[in-house]
Amino acid sequence: MSTISREEVAHLARLARLEVTDDELDAFAGQLDVILESMKTLAEVNTDGVQPTSHAVPLVNVFREDQPQPSLPRDAVLAGAPDTAEDRFRVPRILDEEA
Amino acid sequence: MSRIIDKTAAELAADIREGRLTSVEVTTAFLDRIDAVDGTLNAFLHVDREGALATAAEVDAAVAAGQELGPLAGVPIAVKDVVVTKGLPTTAASKMLEGWIPPYDATITERLKAAKMPILGKTNMDEFAMGSSTEYSAFGKTLNPWDNGRIPGGSGGGSASAVAAKMAPLAIGTDTGGSIRQPGAVTGTFGAKPTYGSNSRYGLIAFSSSLDTPGPVSRNALDGALLHEVISGYDPRDSTAIDAPVPPVVAAAKAGATGDLSGVKLGIVKEFAEGTDAAEPGVIAAYEAGVEQLVKLGAEIVEVSCPSFTYALPTYYLIAPSEASSNLARYDGVRYGLRSGDDGERGLEEVMSLTREAGFGPEVKRRIILGTYALSAGYVDAFYGKAQLVRTLIKQDFEKAFEQVDAIISPTTPFIAFKFGERTGDPYQMYLADLYTIPTNLYGGPGVSVPVGLSEGMPVGLQVMGPVMGDDITYRVAAALESTQETLLADTAPEIEGK
Repeated sequence: MSTISREEVAHLARLARLEVTDDELDAFAGQLDVILESMKTLAEVNTDGVQPTSHAVPLVNVFREDQPQPSLPRDAVLAGAPDTAEDRFRVPRILDEEA
Repeated sequence: MSRIIDKTAAELAADIREGRLTSVEVTTAFLDRIDAVDGTLNAFLHVDREGALATAAEVDAAVAAGQELGPLAGVPIAVKDVVVTKGLPTTAASKMLEGWIPPYDATITERLKAAKMPILGKTNMDEFAMGSSTEYSAFGKTLNPWDNGRIPGGSGGGSASAVAAKMAPLAIGTDTGGSIRQPGAVTGTFGAKPTYGSNSRYGLIAFSSSLDTPGPVSRNALDGALLHEVISGYDPRDSTAIDAPVPPVVAAAKAGATGDLSGVKLGIVKEFAEGTDAAEPGVIAAYEAGVEQLVKLGAEIVEVSCPSFTYALPTYYLIAPSEASSNLARYDGVRYGLRSGDDGERGLEEVMSLTREAGFGPEVKRRIILGTYALSAGYVDAFYGKAQLVRTLIKQDFEKAFEQVDAIISPTTPFIAFKFGERTGDPYQMYLADLYTIPTNLYGGPGVSVPVGLSEGMPVGLQVMGPVMGDDITYRVAAALESTQETLLADTAPEIEGK
């Protein structure tokens, strides 16, 4: 039995805002199934009482002095944007998404 | 009389400092080499002749004025295209960032500039550093100088190929699961993944933030160590940076080059040895010959047990894609890079989805979907959460091993450079390339790959892993191994036919 179906892959792609083609869905479902099968081996490992590691080097509360630093000039930042208007990023419409 | 491009970085630096060569001569020699052979190899995505020569001229003026210079001043370098460079295109080999010119420098880039090292250009890689063959670059694969039908490793295949083909004496790589070491192994070059947190991630295009580590690519350990000391050290702009002195890697490489390893205990991981069916016989043979050499130099071999290493690969392929799926959410077609499908009618979310479809290649999409799965409600405990617990066990295995030994050795990768197309159809087969390199990333300690010999005429690498902030021992062992070789493996690569 497969771990992940074509429909599940399509759902995940939607969650990740990835438009995927039918061919990609077919390929990914099979490939992800192989990968996830190997990951199921982790279930064998006894991890009772083990604390999770989220970072290689345990650091707690890294602070810096609260001093203003220069930021990048606005023009330099906007120069890399796909579309701008009035010194701002211009975006496609955001209302009536689900209408 | 050897050509300029045959010299090591250490030799070039001395020649420039002492006036035997100018940096302009040196930089020109490498730029000309790029012109001659990169049409064949495709190691570079962008070459900056003008910028490199301007820095070189500054160095020459400083030498003429008798100014103090840094240890690698005037020695040119290639930079992996995942490191941002102000004013120079930076794409991470993705269509998503095609044409993007960063408005700032990574800390690593700043340090190269402060060290007065001319930047030759940006090197090819697997898209967003995801892959082991550079076949996933959106801008064409890079070839292995040893055999043009084979992969140069990945993700940093461009940097490794550039150094192996003498288009650059040094390069910058980044290593999340082996992306510096595995390309080093399969191209006969040296590569080091420093201790996580010892080299700044500021200005690296993020893949997996708890694992990404920039480091040196070079022809030998001493050159790597010189570069390591230029780029390493605390950076307040990276919140996971370690605020501690840089380990003395240059001194360690020099100590290793004397060929004395007496008193050094080297661990061999029992579980790796048992899993040797994963490694090719030719790789094992070259590696074992290297171990014999290390024993002759006085090293003592001790078997250590790291049972959790068996689970390193699945652990990594849950953690890295999970972090990647989150990190790559920033490519939304709004602030930089590609926007696709914005016809004035479509809404933001649809444009976002179309942009990500058009901008990302297959491996990146696969990992985003995998990461989204591992983090989704109902699966997060069984997958991502479980992987974080096993990561702790892997760390503990390393810590226990380093109570018994000074460093751990293994082959760098289970197989020699494979042929193009051999593993792209089955991603899991591609992932196996990182079998021996991944544990160190999960732990956070340093690991280097040093050429150890040939199998089927192709280079094989030996990996040396050290304790956290114990980078010096890895350089010492690597340099000691080099001292047993008559010529550097990097100097025996076949001559490349230009195109």
